[in-house]
Amino acid sequence: MSVFDGLRFRKVYSPIHNLDPRVKFVYVIAIFVAAIIFSNIITLLVLFFMQIPFVLLARVQKQWVRSLRGAAFLATFIFIVNVATTYFTSNYSLTGVNVENAVTLTLRFVVLVESFSVFFLTTSPDHLGLALEQSKVPYEFAFAFTTAVRFVPVLAEEAQTIMDAQKARGLELEKGNLLKRIRNYVPVLIPLIVSAIRRSLELAEAMESRAWGATKRRSNLYALELHKGDFGLLSITAGILAASVYVHFFVTIPTIMQLL
Amino acid sequence: MIEAENIRYSYANKVEALKGVSITIQDGEFVAIMGQNGAGKSTLVKHFNGLLKPTKGIVRVNGAETTKSSVASLSRYVGFVFQNPDHQLFSETVEEEIGFGLKNFGFRTEIIEERVTWALNLLSLTEYRKTSPFLLSGGERKRVALASVLAWDPQTLILDEPTIGQDHEQKEKLRQFILQLQTQKKTVVTVTHDVEFVAECNPRVVLMKEGKIVADGEGKKILTDPALLEISSIVLPQIAQVFARLSSLGLPKDIIDLYEAKDILLKTRERSQV
Repeated sequence: MSVFDGLRFRKVYSPIHNLDPRVKFVYVIAIFVAAIIFSNIITLLVLFFMQIPFVLLARVQKQWVRSLRGAAFLATFIFIVNVATTYFTSNYSLTGVNVENAVTLTLRFVVLVESFSVFFLTTSPDHLGLALEQSKVPYEFAFAFTTAVRFVPVLAEEAQTIMDAQKARGLELEKGNLLKRIRNYVPVLIPLIVSAIRRSLELAEAMESRAWGATKRRSNLYALELHKGDFGLLSITAGILAASVYVHFFVTIPTIMQLL
Repeated sequence: MIEAENIRYSYANKVEALKGVSITIQDGEFVAIMGQNGAGKSTLVKHFNGLLKPTKGIVRVNGAETTKSSVASLSRYVGFVFQNPDHQLFSETVEEEIGFGLKNFGFRTEIIEERVTWALNLLSLTEYRKTSPFLLSGGERKRVALASVLAWDPQTLILDEPTIGQDHEQKEKLRQFILQLQTQKKTVVTVTHDVEFVAECNPRVVLMKEGKIVADGEGKKILTDPALLEISSIVLPQIAQVFARLSSLGLPKDIIDLYEAKDILLKTRERSQV
């Protein structure tokens, strides 16, 4: 559940939380693009450390560290798979360059997780829905999206209760071989799915009784507006993109192996 | 026997739900744990079958520390019925649902068959034996959940909000049923907000507030103490309210039982007519 924790929004007020979600999203995409175009440890490390001021400014360091810890398993997996495949495909030999490549790919994954985690940790689902709506995404989709995001922690909590209830009936989730263990989760998954469906039907009824979809043109209590900070972040984003493109085409960054 | 010694428990989000709770529940006792939302009632009872392990302090079930046993092994002795039956129903038929725990505990097939029939009968569910639990009404699902725990006949039964969503008749059946368990020297611990239900049963009442036990004693004493109930956001049972208002007539205040109330009122009338 720790990965979900990293994506769970908590209400805190900080300069980062108050930024326009659309601008933040553009920023995340810029980091995403930069992380994809570079395959070099030094630049990826720069990208990685660049997020830290944001995290500190938003005061979400604890949750952020937790989400990184949650991603650690997948990161290790990526690293091992990369090392193993190069090892087996290059006649059972491994060079420093191979390992460096594996580290680079892992780091790229970490940077992606990191930036998305900062985005989700500092953007409330309401803001996100508002941003989608004002970006002309049909309300049905925007609503479905925000509801899905909102229900993740609810379902995680419910899964915990269900596991407790079944354990109290003698179910041992960690017992048996792999196949048995997967089967052990049936008594958890079925109630979870049934209750999610039931919950969604109830939600639909509640929404309809509050005139959901009565008019095509929905008005909003809050409207998103760009403020000073947003323009600041936009220019930082543009700067990052420009710098990335420049560095990518005109600067050769040495690899760690070359530096050694 | 269940013993908790000065236990504290903090959730992952640093909220301290129990702030030093000590309680001993003897075999055969009937205990109602009451208190407002967030008082720590559910957190406390989840320690009794090891679902939660205390952050500090010790919980012993039959003398063994819960930190050293798995939930599954403790559950054999302490059955826990959750508030919402939908959190546990998953089988295709009611029969399989009730047999689930028995299978987990490794009972033999003939015994499972026998115990399932017994539990179905006990909770008047026999006609639904082959029905899907998902097709039953809310109250029936709640009974299936109860039957599915009773099936392995645990010494202690923990009921989390057993009266929610039950009509009067079912509540009365539940009460009769708890009394029946009492005659078999079974321990029953219930977490509830239902004052009238508790007043009818008159068990030992444990009152909690903000992670601590604020009162522990005979139901009759605690449920008729307005000051105590006020701090726990509980209203007096209706009979106690009537007697509290009639106290100027010299009537006793600690009355929660309907029949006792009737007797006292009749005697008072006789006296006034003489």
